[in-house]
Amino acid sequence: MAELHALLAEFDSPERLIDAARRLGGQGWRLEAFTPFPVEGLGRMLGFADNRVPRAMLIGGATGALLGFLMQVATNLDYPLWIGGRPLIAVPAFLLICFEMLVLGAVLAGIGTMLIANRLPRLHHPVFAADRFDLSADDRFFLAILADAAFDRDAAGKALAALHPRAIIEVPA
Amino acid sequence: MTHAEQQEAAARRIVAMPARFPAPRMWWAMFLVALGLLALFLVSVAVLFVRGPGVWGNNIPVAWGFPISNYIWWLGIGHAGTLISAMLLLVGQQWRNSLNRFAEAMTLFAVMCAGLYPILHLGRPWRFYWIAPYPSTMGVWPQFKSPLTWDFFAVLTYLIVSVLFWYIGILPDLAAARDRAKARRWQIFFGLGALGWRGSAQHWHRWQQSYRLTAAIAVPLVVSVHSEISLLMAAGPVPGWVSTVFPPYFVLGAAFSGFAVVSMLTVWLRAMLRLETLVTQRHLDMLGILLLATGLMTAYGYLAELFTAAWAGGREAETMWDRFVGPYAWSYWGAVILNFAPLQALWWKRVRVAPVALFLIGLSVTIGMWLERYMLLVSSLYRDWLESSVGLFHPSFWDWSLFAGTLGLFLTCFLLFIRFLPVISAFEVREAALEDAHG
Repeated sequence: MAELHALLAEFDSPERLIDAARRLGGQGWRLEAFTPFPVEGLGRMLGFADNRVPRAMLIGGATGALLGFLMQVATNLDYPLWIGGRPLIAVPAFLLICFEMLVLGAVLAGIGTMLIANRLPRLHHPVFAADRFDLSADDRFFLAILADAAFDRDAAGKALAALHPRAIIEVPA
Repeated sequence: MTHAEQQEAAARRIVAMPARFPAPRMWWAMFLVALGLLALFLVSVAVLFVRGPGVWGNNIPVAWGFPISNYIWWLGIGHAGTLISAMLLLVGQQWRNSLNRFAEAMTLFAVMCAGLYPILHLGRPWRFYWIAPYPSTMGVWPQFKSPLTWDFFAVLTYLIVSVLFWYIGILPDLAAARDRAKARRWQIFFGLGALGWRGSAQHWHRWQQSYRLTAAIAVPLVVSVHSEISLLMAAGPVPGWVSTVFPPYFVLGAAFSGFAVVSMLTVWLRAMLRLETLVTQRHLDMLGILLLATGLMTAYGYLAELFTAAWAGGREAETMWDRFVGPYAWSYWGAVILNFAPLQALWWKRVRVAPVALFLIGLSVTIGMWLERYMLLVSSLYRDWLESSVGLFHPSFWDWSLFAGTLGLFLTCFLLFIRFLPVISAFEVREAALEDAHG
């Protein structure tokens, strides 16, 4: 038998997918799901908690604001423009650029982290070769048991069949 | 068919639309017009580069003229896309799903047109990068206490954030289009655009975090960008510009002009692409309400300006009086009438849900807000209190041609967008339809 990447079970509603994920969760399978739109709470149910994106945005925003401020201080010290005795380091005048740099830093860090953590861009992936997978962006909801070292094809097939999916699909590695 | 099924079918149609475009003839006709205007843009820029800003009507004292008033106008239009998309996402208004995608595209192209203007206005546009702080052999830095430098950072940040927000928003739909595409060229086109998105739970989890947080940060960004534009004026000691109401007045005026353009685009796309299932009367109604609300807030800005001028007296009052009866009175009264008179019809729901009426009111506001930007700039600049500093501004042919050219640039980009990309956020429509169906 050919090596498998995963075994997919196809459902026709998010409720049935969530129900299936709940029943398989905690049984030691490596699970993943594919849906046409974000399904609330699905990530948590699959034992998946990742807050790298918000954390990156916080750090990116803080770094951006700090760099923005230091840039303005440093350039003003490097080439002082004394105009009418006004303060060289004029904090209120610097805040707007600080804010813009905060936004830029946060958004670049957040979206960058999202893409990197999601391993995108990656134009090819084994699941794309699976039958009917193209429906995952349409109106079908897939639950996958990913193959690992201890993967048992028959046991996984039985576990998925017990959920009464519309179809069970093999994903070749 | 149930409501959810109709929405589902309509979402599917949106994703398949590039391959089966419903109005190809109409599209080509419009595209040729847009290309014509784009050619005019290129010619106008070439003439400007060869002969210099002397081809325009700007001169001392009105050194800003068309380029800056059009810059503010374009940028203001852009803001509505971000507000519709980000603000309504955050407050959970799902009807936004039918409008946000093309409203955001409008933002991108309007910001592009806006951003080009100050660069072209520089006199030596090829040295625009001097405004960026980089270690140069000249040994000097930008003046960070000047609103002009703030402007550079604000607009650049806004452009980058708008592009990214729009792109990660469209990513899942590009994946859907890739999976639905039959022809190889469409598969490759959407496949590259979708970056290999496969809608896994992990993807969505992180996507949602980044999308929501970007939206949350985009709303204050809009406020900061247009407040900053108003400081270009309000930070200088010019009568008619020095007013604390300027930042909110500019932000609301921007939203007002932008909602007007979104209304026009909505009516147009709805008719041309037959989007009635997704863009319903309710959407027209909501746009009408938004337009009316932001319009009334802008009217408050007008009143506050009057009050400030009357309160201050002296030169402020003189400038205000000059706006009423001076040589540019047509732009003041034109702005007041076009912005606020037809707008009052939107108090009636019958008018709000009538596409043609909404389109015409949107057009009136778009022109009215253009006149307002023109009036604000020119009427304050053309007359100082020395005889030697008085000079009327007359836009030249090349002023008008460049302006028409930026319309061409906008239309060309927008038409390419509706032809090749999903114009409505199909996956969010599906999500909402399913939630409705299951309570």
